[in-house]
Order: sequence, then C-alpha cells, then structure tokens
Amino acid sequence: MNIIVNGNNRTVESPPLTPLLHVLREELDVLSPKAGCENGGCGACTVLIDGAPRRSCLTAVGSVPDAEVTTVEGLGAPETMSDVQQAFVHYCAAQCGFCTPGMIIAATAYLEGGGSADRVEISEALAGHVCRCTGYLKILDAVAAARDGGFDLSTTAESPHTTVLT
Amino acid sequence: MGSSAEVIRPGSPSEATSAYGDGAGAAVLAGGTLLVPDLHFGRARPERVIMLGDAGLSYVTRSNGTVTIGATTPVDALVGESSPLGPCAASIGDNEIRAQATVGGNLCAPAGFGDLQGPLLALGATARSAGAGGERSESLEDFLTDRSGRLLLDVTYAEPAAGAFASLGRPHAHHYTVMAVSGVRTVDGATQLAVVGAGTVGSRLRSAEALAGDAEAAGDAAGDAVNPSDDPLASGWYRTRTLPALVKQVLSELEASA
Ligand SMILES: Cc1cc2nc3c(=O)[nH]c(=O)nc-3n(C[C@H](O)[C@H](O)[C@H](O)COP(=O)(O)OP(=O)(O)OC[C@H]3O[C@@H](n4cnc5c(N)ncnc54)[C@H](O)[C@@H]3O)c2cc1C
Ligand code: FES
Ligand code: FES
Repeated sequence: MNIIVNGNNRTVESPPLTPLLHVLREELDVLSPKAGCENGGCGACTVLIDGAPRRSCLTAVGSVPDAEVTTVEGLGAPETMSDVQQAFVHYCAAQCGFCTPGMIIAATAYLEGGGSADRVEISEALAGHVCRCTGYLKILDAVAAARDGGFDLSTTAESPHTTVLT
Repeated sequence: MGSSAEVIRPGSPSEATSAYGDGAGAAVLAGGTLLVPDLHFGRARPERVIMLGDAGLSYVTRSNGTVTIGATTPVDALVGESSPLGPCAASIGDNEIRAQATVGGNLCAPAGFGDLQGPLLALGATARSAGAGGERSESLEDFLTDRSGRLLLDVTYAEPAAGAFASLGRPHAHHYTVMAVSGVRTVDGATQLAVVGAGTVGSRLRSAEALAGDAEAAGDAAGDAVNPSDDPLASGWYRTRTLPALVKQVLSELEASA
C-alpha cells in the first residue's frame, strides 16, 4: 500500500495492522513522531492524517491507505519554520522536546481550524498531550501568540524567556 | 510484537456481517483506540481482523422521534446531542480520541471503558447486531449481558422529553470516568436511570426509577442495588457511597427541566 508522507508518495511494506507510528519511525525513517506510551495516553505520536490530528500509535496503517500524513518535518525546516514552530522557539516552549512534535501538530490543527488565543480553548485542544517538563504555560503562550502570526525569529529581538532569566 | 492476523475490509454492512459470520476467531477493528495497541503488543491475538472503516456503519438518522446511530459513528459526532448523550460524549477522552473512537467500540469495550453505555441504557436503546443465528435486535441491556460473538451494527432510541447527566468530575482528560449517572424523562413521563462505574458493564437503576418522585429515597435505593468491586480508580465502598448523590443530582436536573 501507499501513503503520502509530507507530500511524498511512500510505499509501505509493513503488515496492515502495524501502528502508523512504527511505520513512520522504523520503516520510513520519519523520526519526529515519538513513541511515548504507545497506548494513546500521551499524544507524543500525534500526526495529521488528512489534516486532522490523530494518535499514530492507535492507527493501523492498513486503515488509512493513500492518506496524507503530515509530521513536524512537513511543517517547516529549521530555516523555514511555521508560525507555530517559531513561536515554540521564541517562548522556549520545548524543554526535553519529547512532547513537542505532538504539541506542534495539535496546535497547528487547532489554529488552522480557526482556534482562538483563549487559554482554556487551547488547553482543550491540547488536552491529550502530556508534557513532563515545561509546566504547559509556555506552550499556551506560544500557541496564543502564533494565533496572531507567530514570529520572524530573524527580527524578533528578545524572547520573553530570556527577559525572565536576566 | 505485531499481529499477523488476516485482515478483511468489508465495503458495506452486509459484507461486514458475512465476513464476521459467527465471530469465531475474529476481532472487529473500529476506531482502534483500544484494539490497535492490544494487537501490537499481543494482548489480543485474533485469527482475523475485520476493519469496519469502509463498512458504511457511520451514520446518525432521525425519523419520527427515533434516532439511530451506526456502530462506527465517531464519539465526537454525538457531542452536540441533548443530555444525557451529548454531555457524556463530550466527557470521553480528549478531542483526538473522540474523533477516532467509535460508538460501537465504546459499547463493546472491556470493563472500565464504555461510558456511552450509561446514556444509551437510560434512553432504553435497542441494539441491532449480527453473529451466530443471524441478525437480531434486543435491548441494549440484554446485548451488554453477553456481547461475545456479536457484531454491533447500530443502536436506536426514542428522543426523550428531558435528560440529565452527572459524573464524578475528572481532573484531567487522561482520567477515566469513576462513575456517572444518566437520566431520562420519556415522552410518556417515565423516569429511566442508568449508571456506569458500578459494575463491569453499565446497568439500569430500576429500584431508584420506581422511587423517582422522592430523590432521597431513590438515591438510597440505587446505593443498595449495586455492589461494585475495588479497582485502581476507586474502591467499591467509595462508589457505593457516591452513587446516591449522583442519582439525586440527575433527578433534580430532570425535575428542573420538566
Ligand atoms: C487516552 C484515552 C482516553 C480514553 N478515555 C475514555 C473515556 O473517557 N471513556 C470511555 O468510555 N473510553 C475511553 N477510552 C477508551 C476508548 O477510546 C473508547 O471506549 C472508544 O469508544 C473505543 O472505541 P474504538 O472504536 O476505538 O474501539 P476499538 O479499539 O476499535 O475496539 C474496542 C473493542 O470493541 C470491539 N468492537 C469495536 N466495534 C465493534 C462492533 N461494532 N461490534 C462488536 N465489537 C466491536 C473491538 O473488537 C474491541 O474489542 C479512552 C482511550 C484512550 C486511549
Ligand atoms: S505514543 Fe501515542 S499517545 Fe503516547
Ligand atoms: S518538553 Fe519535555 S515532555 Fe514536554
């Protein structure tokens, strides 16, 4: 079977009941989706399937033939980051970074769906995503700021995080 | 790790029914939120897996006050329904889980899940299923007493005059429901109550229904009628003590909306 990963047509040899997470990481070498709990409970494996955020550890690859799968690699490269990616950098919304790909994918889907900068609504949209490091506040700040167009890191002088530290 | 089961993808309800047959050696894959990791880690080892995604079982139809919900309808499609179904659906998992999880998977989930059993039992739903002996329709209550060897096709209920839902609040989306009570006032004025979290599957609270005019007595009767065991979420003692309060809350909400 085939799936389209970040715009590229990929042939999948794994058996159809293999979780998409393992197809991406182990067969196709797409490493941003993380294998956290592998039981649906942490959100580290979330990818966009035909534009909607889905846990790739709960999705048998055979149930999504020909689907368009988007991972963080498909949102932007280091020099061409998306608004959400730039906002995560600006607000230091990643610490160890394990939850970050899932968070960025879920936040991207939320904002593309017209989500607001309201912290409660952002929390609802990210409710399935566990972060063990940041305490969530910087993530909420980043998503709220990305709502208004994100950051051009080449021109933004200081991050609020740097200000707090000095 | 991984499953080498034969995979079948029926393209219609009748193809699904014949692929399922008597259900021997089969597992049904709906949203997969429980089954996919079970297959991957070898906790489930079926001989064949029937993927329901293209089987044409995702629908909500309404006709003359009767609502029918197909088995593969995603949970989030029910969030806008009136109480108790809508608020219960909204309280399941998080938005990603609700979009992937199905109604049939929820009703057929092992003990500890199956929150939608509560509102659908209170609504007096009928379950249509296929399996050995062919297709049959029965009360959801009867279906839940023995779901093995059955492929759930859809559930049907009459729209109620009023409904209410009370749940022990979950501190976070990752907490499962400890206990929830659903209540319905039928168009004939009857009160129907059901609980999840007081046994391995949801159940009607008939002794409490009979005392619905006296919320205090109904709550006590509900507490007397259940005998929940301890599990990692809560002790049986706690559940028994909490049930009367949930029943009273539902009855007062029903009263207020009458
Ligand atoms: C993070 C997380 C949070 C969750 N939170 C909740 C919660 O708050 N409340 C809750 O109730 N559940 C919860 N669940 C459990 C689960 O997601 C839901 O119960 C869901 O509705 C199951 O549906 P599914 O379509 O994904 O089932 P699947 O995983 O596809 O199947 C589950 C079981 O039902 C069987 N089955 C599926 N469809 C049928 C059918 N039509 N006929 C016969 N058998 C069938 C399968 O064979 C399997 O045994 C949660 C799960 C996760 C991972
Ligand atoms: S790895 Fe998929 S939800 Fe945790
Ligand atoms: S940054 Fe470490 S888990 Fe979120």
